[in-house]
Amino acid sequence: MIFDKHQETVDEILGRYPVRRSALLPLLNLAQKEEGYVSQAAMREIAGILDLTPPQVFETATFYTMLNLKPIGKFHIQVCRSLMCALVGADPLIEWLHKHLGVGVGQTTGDKLFTLSTVECLGSCGTGPMMQINDDYYERLTEEKVGLILRDLRESGDCPMKSGPFMVPERGEGVVSQ
Amino acid sequence: MKTFDKILLTNMERPGYTGSLPDYEGTGGYKALKTVLGNVPPNDIIEMVKKSGLRGRGGAGFPTGVKWGFIPKDHPGPKYLCCNADESEPGTFKDRQLMERNPHQILEGIAISCYAIGAQTAYIYIRGEFRLATKILERAITEAYQAGHLGSDIYGSGVTVYVYVHVGAGAYICGEETALLESLEGKRGKPRTKPPFPATHGLYQKPTVVNNVETLANVPHIVNRGSEWFASIGAPPKSTGTRVFCLSGHVKRPGNYELPVNATFRDLIYELGGGMRSDKPLKAFIPGGASAPFLTPDHVDVQLDFESVALAGSMSGSGGITVMEEGTSMVWAAFRLMEFFYHESCGKCTPCREGSAWIVQILQRILNKQGRPEDLRTLAEICENIGGRTVCAFGDAEIAPVQSTLKYWRAEYEVLIEEAEALKVSRKEIPVLSVAQAREVEGSLS
Repeated sequence: MIFDKHQETVDEILGRYPVRRSALLPLLNLAQKEEGYVSQAAMREIAGILDLTPPQVFETATFYTMLNLKPIGKFHIQVCRSLMCALVGADPLIEWLHKHLGVGVGQTTGDKLFTLSTVECLGSCGTGPMMQINDDYYERLTEEKVGLILRDLRESGDCPMKSGPFMVPERGEGVVSQ
Repeated sequence: MKTFDKILLTNMERPGYTGSLPDYEGTGGYKALKTVLGNVPPNDIIEMVKKSGLRGRGGAGFPTGVKWGFIPKDHPGPKYLCCNADESEPGTFKDRQLMERNPHQILEGIAISCYAIGAQTAYIYIRGEFRLATKILERAITEAYQAGHLGSDIYGSGVTVYVYVHVGAGAYICGEETALLESLEGKRGKPRTKPPFPATHGLYQKPTVVNNVETLANVPHIVNRGSEWFASIGAPPKSTGTRVFCLSGHVKRPGNYELPVNATFRDLIYELGGGMRSDKPLKAFIPGGASAPFLTPDHVDVQLDFESVALAGSMSGSGGITVMEEGTSMVWAAFRLMEFFYHESCGKCTPCREGSAWIVQILQRILNKQGRPEDLRTLAEICENIGGRTVCAFGDAEIAPVQSTLKYWRAEYEVLIEEAEALKVSRKEIPVLSVAQAREVEGSLS
């Protein structure tokens, strides 16, 4: 049972809401954090916790694009393909990733390290092209930069180029007389 | 551009400001909450916000004080405040900055707003991709509880406010307020039919206010400096205050710029944004997120306020301005936005669900030079059959890129379709035989 070791977190989540079903998305997110995807076993377990039927859980889970219902690679690369990023070069970047990783969109590399996805707007339109890998945003991307990010992730599992607290323009950057 | 004071970005632009609680308190943070709790009757705060002219910053621009005033005062059970942090309108990235750089400004706004409407619980519904903002908000909430700015009996006033962050899981439509409520209840994020409105039947069918992050962040400033001050900024009486405008696309300096709403697109694009990124001139811009109809270089002197943009035939929406340079195909731009809407349609209403798919197919074939002369009429008809015929505003939003590009750049569509026709003619060089002719040929071969 995947939630056994998270009993405290589950109780805390349930405590936030007067109606149990509200805990559904937080528990689905927790299951995905734990296993990398939302398994059928996890959905049945959640149904048990929330007094729902498994189809009620499945019905909700299939609505939300971030929930992976199948196992994916260790690093989930999600490149924004919406217009604002496309205007500043998202398409060549997706093509580059496709060639560099040797997988198509929606596929995982043979070593199970990288899954390549394209997604719609991630709310980072002023700093495109951009992508999200697992929890982190990477912005103002170039092919060279993406190459370095992938290298870092392969080698150490982390990359210092991920975005910190967002502010664009930064203080002093591009200040114009008002 | 005339000199003005920023409201929302002032703190975070100070050198060394991290957004921590000591930083926020050091700049007068939580003073507004202390002032009002137990001293100012809740109804006076609602009146103050009404007089300030503050309007929703999420897109619809509904007057915030009026929205609060719809909450029944004598309701015996719980009431709720939901902070809409789902920021997912393409072209918009201001709430992310407000949350990651100055989270307490939002929490103070939430606490005051909860007091004003009589809610003891607030949920911040944040889009699932905003992991960093989620962490920062959760940390700030913990700090605020520890310092007594949130929790039960705040400052001994007897007022209780609990704030929880509720993380979404990827769905644009959950930024629509009733879809947000459905999602918060653990269901598919499908907008509800209105009425009843959330003010009486919201979260768990209880009176609920849903306000955008930026809207709530303005509240402490209105309390501190008064509604007259706020109402004097911008384009009073209808559009007041400043807004954080998000500039993206083909400009030199994209980013978040706070401006009084009587500034113009020219101020934003050319002065703050540094103008076009290359020698190519401006061709088009979207003035208020993907849901707003495109505008042309003729509109750069339009003011940024809700009324002026509406008069120009578009909407100020979420304040996301996307700039496109000469050489950008408008058919392609409309197609990319339509793909977004097709992907994000929740599927509840047939015109939106099916119509978005048809529009994507038609735009794709026009771009692939397989368009047909009747396609432009078909596109216009599909749009007419979506607009105003859906439960939520998504239907009206998804036809905006198509209708506006057809209005201003129809020739680009026509050229592509003419090229398709020309290709068809050249294909005709391979003879197509009638049945009788074919039999004749067959006979001569046997």
